[in-house]
Amino acid sequence: MNMRVPSAAPATPNGTTRPQVSIVIVGHVDHGKSTLVGRLLHETGSLPDGKLEMLQAVSARRGMPFEWSFLLDALQTERDQGITIDTTQIRFRTNAREVVLIDAPGHAEFLRNMITGASQADGAVLIIDALEGVRDQTRRHGYLLHLLGVKQVAVVVNKMDRVDFGQDRFNEIKTEISAHLEGLGVKPVAVIPISARDGDGVAQHTSRIRWYDGPTVVEALDGLEPAKPLSSLPLRLPVQAIYKFDDRRIVAGRVEAGELQTGDEIVIMPAGKIAKIKTVEGWPQTPVTAPQGAGRSVGITLDRELFIERGDVIAHVGREPQAARRLHARIFWLHDQPLAKGDNILVRLGTREARGSVVAIEKAVDPGSLSNEENAAIARNHVGEIEIALTQPVAVDPYTENARTGRLVIEVQGRIAGGGLVLSIAAGKRAAPVDIMPVESALQPQERADRYRHKGAVVWMTGLPGAGKSTLARALERRLFSRGGNPVLLDGDTLRAGLNKDLGFTPEDRAENIRRLAEVATHLARNGQIAIVAAVSPARDDRAAARRIAGDLFREVHVATPAEICESRDPKGHYAKARAGALQNFTGIGTDYEPPLDAELVIDTATRGIADATDELEALLSKTGVLFDDIADLGANI
Amino acid sequence: MPRALSAAPTMDHLDQLEAQSIYILREAFARLKKLALLWSLGKDSNVMIWLARKAFFGRVPFPAMHVDTGKKFPEMYAFRDTYAQEWGLDLRVEPCPPIDAVDPTLPPAARSAARKTEGLKMALAKHGFDGLIAGIRRDEEATRAKERVFSPRGAEGNWDVRDQPPEFWDHFNASPPPGAHLRIHPILHWTEADIWAYTARENIPIIPLYLSKNGKRYRSLGDQDITFPVASNASNIAEILAELESTKVPERAGRALDHETEDAFERLRVAGYL
Repeated sequence: MNMRVPSAAPATPNGTTRPQVSIVIVGHVDHGKSTLVGRLLHETGSLPDGKLEMLQAVSARRGMPFEWSFLLDALQTERDQGITIDTTQIRFRTNAREVVLIDAPGHAEFLRNMITGASQADGAVLIIDALEGVRDQTRRHGYLLHLLGVKQVAVVVNKMDRVDFGQDRFNEIKTEISAHLEGLGVKPVAVIPISARDGDGVAQHTSRIRWYDGPTVVEALDGLEPAKPLSSLPLRLPVQAIYKFDDRRIVAGRVEAGELQTGDEIVIMPAGKIAKIKTVEGWPQTPVTAPQGAGRSVGITLDRELFIERGDVIAHVGREPQAARRLHARIFWLHDQPLAKGDNILVRLGTREARGSVVAIEKAVDPGSLSNEENAAIARNHVGEIEIALTQPVAVDPYTENARTGRLVIEVQGRIAGGGLVLSIAAGKRAAPVDIMPVESALQPQERADRYRHKGAVVWMTGLPGAGKSTLARALERRLFSRGGNPVLLDGDTLRAGLNKDLGFTPEDRAENIRRLAEVATHLARNGQIAIVAAVSPARDDRAAARRIAGDLFREVHVATPAEICESRDPKGHYAKARAGALQNFTGIGTDYEPPLDAELVIDTATRGIADATDELEALLSKTGVLFDDIADLGANI
Repeated sequence: MPRALSAAPTMDHLDQLEAQSIYILREAFARLKKLALLWSLGKDSNVMIWLARKAFFGRVPFPAMHVDTGKKFPEMYAFRDTYAQEWGLDLRVEPCPPIDAVDPTLPPAARSAARKTEGLKMALAKHGFDGLIAGIRRDEEATRAKERVFSPRGAEGNWDVRDQPPEFWDHFNASPPPGAHLRIHPILHWTEADIWAYTARENIPIIPLYLSKNGKRYRSLGDQDITFPVASNASNIAEILAELESTKVPERAGRALDHETEDAFERLRVAGYL
């Protein structure tokens, strides 16, 4: 907002610096949040020149009495509806604190915005209308503060002018809300009677609330403490990415807890591989010698080449998080579609993305009425406890041990739909750290490239059964071999006969099948071969995982032959069997094939001959730097 | 190794802002396929480029795009050409359409500024970016205060303020529906004073127009014909910080388009303006 902007390190008259705290004001709709915000800005002298007069003039022009809440309702749409629709952030200062005030909407419709705002807060002000008392949304917001981990809560009982500043009414509300919050493990720092409209109890005690001897709202804000980084907990560095911009291989991420420095012995979870931190990299100065504590975004290099990927968590040996596939969580749900047992979900834990399913719903509660519901599903804006089974092990802590690595969000169709706390790690087994030391090849990549006239690559052909993947893969293999190259065909079905014979066709097994294919292909490619993978690989997520494993080596080719033609070809007789109901989980006649959105190449074998298509594949490999231009290379050899 | 006592240096306010911005930039780079950073040449986007260089160890691994109205100050063009080279940026300059192509019902300054929105849409169509990194801040202006860090835009670049997805615990919605793109706001949580304090600390170059000359300076830079200086004697960053400590004049006071009608800026933003 166009509010006064404080400097980064504001000085108080005695030369010290005020700590900055973020607070959120929550509560039932129309209980006076925006009015309190307007009043706080005025009382702390934080309004820009002319803003109050301008809004008073706008009110007069519209023939409405001036309201403090107009300050926040800067969006026209909000004024039309008379409610605040989203979070805003406003800054002001008290004697002891630099306050970032997050205004969060009270309307149930906008709970996602309340959560967005409140999740960033160090403390909260829960506002209650003295006339209406504790309402659904008051309880709901109290419950969510607990789930979001906001522990410092001040309660204000507003509109005391509407109840003639009656102490009895105040005490009645105070008793009810204190009991509710304490039941959730939240002890209010103060319960304050105020009239935001008239100013009583906001910055000063007035004669009308003489019976109250606790802090004013501003004094309560002065007592809030900023969130502390988790420096004293065991090291947790969730990996965001691996960068290879130059000859360094930098593992990047933010230290969520603990601290690290050069020479530390670390373990990469969930795999349990061990390494040492070789350097801590920085810019413009590098390397960085000082230890890096919680909250820092860092980059490190390791003393050995290990497979490490986004989502792994780096910890110190002996103090690592658990590797788990089953989690017990307390969550809030924001999606229109209730969360039900059996639902497939995407879980995000730190930087890890893992697919899984809800195997049990143990509790479903409307936090407004606090009524338990049938445990079939968790409805929108409700909370509950669930058991999640993941398709892959993830590194995780219970939230009681680490509040930052012990929380998760759930995504549905690419949109965040809920979140919550990891209560316990069911059936979790601590992976024993293993000291893996891969043996490096005796050959340099360049030696192989000089011989084969190409670099390593993974050509990943995806498409419906019968689309022509294997035919094309074989043609490409022949073509590359003829020019002196070193191609190798990895056919999905061939690998299923051996390496992958323990796997079936459930989504989990398919994911594991693809992971193994990708690992094998990547190993070959790193050793200079062109691995040509022909696999239906119907799930976009699985192919994305393959791309993550292979990195820059990956070339996705969509063999996009129309479904009718694939079925009419039916080279393995699978379509016929599936139509007859004799083949379960067959991709092709259902709708479960997810075509790539951004394949490097799309080929329709219905309209294009094999030779033509092979030319295109070869051109792709030339264009993307895999195949070398022979003429230029011949020149270099003269 | 576990250490009994913390040996790590404590983080001050600017360290915390920096670490958070780096986290956001790395998330964007990890989760989107085709990113560009919008470089307006102003103090905020210069800080953002600096942060990107920190995040990626000296190089900015995506293009820096300047959507050029052709009406910037000469000092701004000179700055762009010097530092694009010095910082090793992959600079893309994209033009804006003539004023006739822009919604004639907008007030004059807003209409002029809306050319940039059109230019941006053309650039998006041309390059197919799925993420645009933009240096807006919550404290600049009321509608920007309502932004998410990862903010989805419709196929037309429009912003649906009523249907913003939830965003918490540094988990971002990074899957725009087909045809849409994301705006990523790595310095949303910074203030004007933070920008200046960090610029001074890191010694980031600035355009001299921000410093006082003849009792006036620019607090915010835009097109020459719709941006005006404010009265100020601040001739270095320390003096700017002292001035911000006491001023009650909003940062965008010199940007004509903010003051034409009550909702001009909001209309621009809903249509896809930064």
